[in-house]
Amino acid sequence: MGLGSSLASDVTMNTILSEADQRKYLDSGAIRRVLHTTKTIAIVGLSPKPERPSYFVGTYLKSEGYRIIPVNPRADEILGEKSYPDLLSIPEPVDMVDVFRNPDECVEIAKQAVQIGAKTLWLQLRVVNLEAASIAEAGGLTVIMDRCVKIEHGRYSGSLHWVGMNTEIITARRGGRYF
Amino acid sequence: MTQQKRKFGFETRMLHAGHIPDPVTGARAVPIYQTTSYVFEDTDKAAQLFELKQYGNIYTRINNPTNAVFEERIAALENGTGALATASGMAAQFAAFMTLLEPGDEIVSSRHLYGGTMTQFTHTFKKLGVSAHFVEPDDLGAWERAITPKTRALYGETIGNPKGSILDIEAIAAIAHAHKIPLIVDSTFATPYLCRPLDWGADIVVHSATKFIGGHGSSIAGVIVDAGRFDFSTFPTIADPDPAYHDLRFYETFGHYGFLMKARTVTVRDTGAALSPFNAFLLIQGLETLSVRMDRHVENAQRIAEFLRDHPRVAWVAYAGLPDSPYHALAQKYTPKGPGAVFTFGIKADNPRLAGKQFIESLHLFSHLANVGDVRSLVIHPGSTTHQQLSDAELTAAGIEAGMIRLSIGLETTEDLLWDLDQALQAT
Repeated sequence: MGLGSSLASDVTMNTILSEADQRKYLDSGAIRRVLHTTKTIAIVGLSPKPERPSYFVGTYLKSEGYRIIPVNPRADEILGEKSYPDLLSIPEPVDMVDVFRNPDECVEIAKQAVQIGAKTLWLQLRVVNLEAASIAEAGGLTVIMDRCVKIEHGRYSGSLHWVGMNTEIITARRGGRYF
Repeated sequence: MTQQKRKFGFETRMLHAGHIPDPVTGARAVPIYQTTSYVFEDTDKAAQLFELKQYGNIYTRINNPTNAVFEERIAALENGTGALATASGMAAQFAAFMTLLEPGDEIVSSRHLYGGTMTQFTHTFKKLGVSAHFVEPDDLGAWERAITPKTRALYGETIGNPKGSILDIEAIAAIAHAHKIPLIVDSTFATPYLCRPLDWGADIVVHSATKFIGGHGSSIAGVIVDAGRFDFSTFPTIADPDPAYHDLRFYETFGHYGFLMKARTVTVRDTGAALSPFNAFLLIQGLETLSVRMDRHVENAQRIAEFLRDHPRVAWVAYAGLPDSPYHALAQKYTPKGPGAVFTFGIKADNPRLAGKQFIESLHLFSHLANVGDVRSLVIHPGSTTHQQLSDAELTAAGIEAGMIRLSIGLETTEDLLWDLDQALQAT
């Protein structure tokens, strides 16, 4: 299965990035490709507490068929998966590193993401660090930031629409799922 | 690699936003999902839906695929992050406030309101321990003075009912934000075509979609739209752990969707004023011609307001499209295409109440009824109908006099409307 129909509509709401950075880090084509090609996601800062946003996202991604690997030094197991203290301790390949940490921790996380050969560095909503982005880009990674992977998955799979949210997708082509 | 992206225009969004032809049937019109409930994929997915860990359909009181098209389309037209449809406009504003407020809280509202809204704020809110303070909307100092540490929101109508005053949204939003509270605007008379309050700094917009949005006088409905910009991180009802959802913190978990998710999955779930999918379909039909209808509504309204202003039997006309209106400058700023199609006037008479009655009974084309925003032209005497629960003092404070006539100008042949008004005025 490919990426599905191409989409021409601009998706620009709900970001604090400059217009230039939006073009770099919020590109809908890149986001759809990442959602399509990613199989394994290391979630840095995944909380074991069920009411936390990271737990919501982890539950969602696991239920949507992604393999998730918790990265949290203060937990042994989260969502039934063994938790690792850092990215370097993960003994298997990782496609995406999804970050729920403060922006000032992102440079170190980006360096580790490059070191383990991850393909994507994804910083969650309002997690913005341009230096971390440069490090990951120099290491050949795709970088997405100031976006929630659950929201983006919902946007391009159609479910975000079901709760009345503005997906900003405009098309007259048959479709429904865009990755 | 990066393809050219496009921000589609208002009319394009009016026709396409929120509806992608489904991959199975390809149906071009929006299908009516007349269903109460939805078969779950499996027990795990069902549990996740109830825990809000998945976005999806559970029960039509909470969401519905036809309603979702209407909701996303309105959000796209208002430049909002999302929307929530309700059974009526009154339900929309009630749900917005019940999501934000707790007993002991206060709101500050413009006095220039639909009478039903004033009654809801004054009497129904009082039962819930919420008090409303009303101010003259033009007096910015009055808004400031009415705000206390318990004030949780400011409220006004883009085009005030029935006197047609224009709310200075940008200035009042600045006051709200200085106090870290949201500005909620009822934009029913403007529709997203004539004014988009979120673009001027308002945080939440509510509509009675019954009016110009539906446009054909067929369905009662309301909608709440959120800009997704207000910082609810210190706003107790949105930020604090919610015992109704295992201590979920809506703002932390859903961010810019937090207010709307709480409004949908707590307030409307628990109070029940959901929109019927059939009505959502009719509203979508209305939205698809919104810009075309509104252009004609305001063109007719402007001509009729000018005709009445110059008519010897007319004492006054309150339409912000007239250059001598005190709201003309604000109208040019906020509603440059025209300040709606609902306005009021007074008949020159010794007994204005009697003259108003004679006038209404002499009309042939204007329908005498309690609604506005129909394709047909409408007329009412607010003092004895929509605003009749108000005391004389409240009536005066809301800017209503005993003989005031309210018109909602429709899409009939303009000359026919002018003829009808003229012959009815002659009969008074």
